[in-house]
Amino acid sequence: MASLRDVQNKIASIKKTKQITKAMNMVASAKLRRAQERIERFRPYAAKFYEMLRELAGGADPSVHPLLEVREEIKTTGIVLVTSDRGLCGSFNTNLIKAAVKLAAEKAAEGKTVKFYCVGKKGADAAKKLEHEIVKSYRDAMGSFDFTLGMEVGNMIIDAYIRGELDEATLVYGEFISMARQEPVVLPVLPLAPEEAEPGEGGEAAASQEFIYEPSVEGLLAELLPRFIKVQVYRGLLDTSASEHAARMAAMDNATRACDDMTDSLTLLYNKTRQAVITKELMDIVGGAEALNG
Amino acid sequence: MANTLLLEIVTPDRKVLSEDVEYVGAPGALGEFGVLPNHIPFLSALGIGNLHYKTGGKSYYVFVAGGFAEVSGNKMTVLAEVAEKASEIDIDRARKARERAEQRSAKAKENVDWARNQAAMRRAIARMSCRESGSQAGTC
Repeated sequence: MASLRDVQNKIASIKKTKQITKAMNMVASAKLRRAQERIERFRPYAAKFYEMLRELAGGADPSVHPLLEVREEIKTTGIVLVTSDRGLCGSFNTNLIKAAVKLAAEKAAEGKTVKFYCVGKKGADAAKKLEHEIVKSYRDAMGSFDFTLGMEVGNMIIDAYIRGELDEATLVYGEFISMARQEPVVLPVLPLAPEEAEPGEGGEAAASQEFIYEPSVEGLLAELLPRFIKVQVYRGLLDTSASEHAARMAAMDNATRACDDMTDSLTLLYNKTRQAVITKELMDIVGGAEALNG
Repeated sequence: MANTLLLEIVTPDRKVLSEDVEYVGAPGALGEFGVLPNHIPFLSALGIGNLHYKTGGKSYYVFVAGGFAEVSGNKMTVLAEVAEKASEIDIDRARKARERAEQRSAKAKENVDWARNQAAMRRAIARMSCRESGSQAGTC
């Protein structure tokens, strides 16, 4: 049986752990709120962007742009894996990595070379451990980022695609569905398929107005399409960031509750032990007195 | 007929502006263009430069880099990757960016990043001139 002191020490240490998990929960909830605000701020831009794209894509010949062209032979495939930089957020990163690794295995089975582009430390570490080819990894980028990061990652894969280093590219990120649900999403981004672009929140049927286009529909599309990729990447970054914080909140909530349970059962053990010790001492005293009397 | 139009400028990070204005001048990809209320539907790519608008008899300036402008239904929406009002521009940063770009272009002869460098230079110059125009108009 554990000694009284041991049990006491254990209770004290668990209480300290609980303080930490509780603090982390609160930090995560503040960060989640900020991440959600950023998603809100991004929404008007995204909605308008999709609307413009739909207006334009309808009237143009898709074969005009290199990013739309589906290559006959696909030799290399790029996976852009977006994860968090920090752990302690439950199975969030594990799920993302699992999704990416599964995709990589499928592509490799088709005889394609797989190249990784990692945003976030966790994914980069995992890809390295599994000895995948990593072209570029952004570590410690998820803490604070803005659209520039989306642009950078987007430009990188677009350049690689145009140079012929990549024949297709897929984005793996954590979609924020609700506080309790975050799921890995595997989204093919290159070559582009704009007609599958999901409808923006604006949703209204574009009135068939006669627009004047400057420079031209094709010229505008050539500007819009690369941006579309950046918008998708940025959206992936925003969603992953919100998901990460939500996942951490849930994980820390669980941990706090587990601490409570443990403190309860240890306190019970402590009291039982204490009582046993008292009973034993009493027995000794009574036994001693009996011996003297006897 | 309305004599103002609604100007909205949004970037991925925020909504920069939403205001009723009397005139907008914007840096189109093919050159400057002006928009007055009740303009016909129009869609244009934007270059790097200064957008300016008039409201209440005053001129305001906004720096924009890369994006699109759509005019329809007496509303002009500007989607830009970067947009800063003249009053928000960090003039020292722009000046330093320009110096850096100049140094780089002086050094590099056949630089592959030449276009990128040029763009950085143009952004810095446009930011500085935006700030200047804004302070001349007394609106920043």
